[in-house]
Amino acid sequence: MSQRLAIKARMLLLLALLVVAWLLWSGLFKPLLLALGTFSCLLTVYLARRMGYFDSDIFALGFGPRLFHYWGWLAKEVVKSSLEVSRIVLNPRLPISPQVVELKASAKHPVSQAILGNSITLTPGTLTMDVHDGVIKVHCLTSEGAAALMSGEMDRRVAALGEN
Amino acid sequence: MAMFIDITSWIMMSLGGLFVFIGGVGVLRMPNLYTRMHAASLTDTIGAILIIAGIMLQAGISLATIKLAAILLFLLLTSPTASNALASAALLAGLRPGETDVATAERDK
Repeated sequence: MSQRLAIKARMLLLLALLVVAWLLWSGLFKPLLLALGTFSCLLTVYLARRMGYFDSDIFALGFGPRLFHYWGWLAKEVVKSSLEVSRIVLNPRLPISPQVVELKASAKHPVSQAILGNSITLTPGTLTMDVHDGVIKVHCLTSEGAAALMSGEMDRRVAALGEN
Repeated sequence: MAMFIDITSWIMMSLGGLFVFIGGVGVLRMPNLYTRMHAASLTDTIGAILIIAGIMLQAGISLATIKLAAILLFLLLTSPTASNALASAALLAGLRPGETDVATAERDK
């Protein structure tokens, strides 16, 4: 199958998935809602096409149950760092030591790197600013947060997630 | 049992509201855009998780709960993406992480 044809097939597949999802979620078949649904499905496929989403296989990643295990760990981290950031915000002296660190992602796949970048941002106190050639530039609220990030546990867990 | 679920859900929603409030206080107290974003992320991570989980307990086992779970999932997938876009836009625009912004400089004068 040629590349162009493969891209077309993936676009149609995503469009079909989106249409089914819209109909199942809304459950309403009024002309206005159907028109809005058609518009948003087509817009989503167009934007995904522009982002080069269809250039590689969509379902390349088979995370399975390991993803849920990772989410559990991530939830624990989010709670821990939320309490830490709350403590800093409520401290009258506002003890922040902001700094920018660069973390080398062990995972090579772009989706794994996106998961790592988003996990870093999702954890309060660390914020992904830029990803370039597998190096993630992270803004940290405190030097302790930066040290915890550079110990690389999150990086190891995300890399383990992508292995099959 | 219903009482227990109610109390758990009240506690979760109140705690969620508290974290949203702390996030708001943090946004006002922090010195520049990047540090403000750390405080704001309290609102859309733990605040959103606790509040939506509290509402899910109120909704019980129903279609509404499944929809709420989907809302939470999409929120947790998309809000860091939006934060990344904001941070990298600020970086590209030349805002250096060490700088104090104009409003804070005015306030601290």
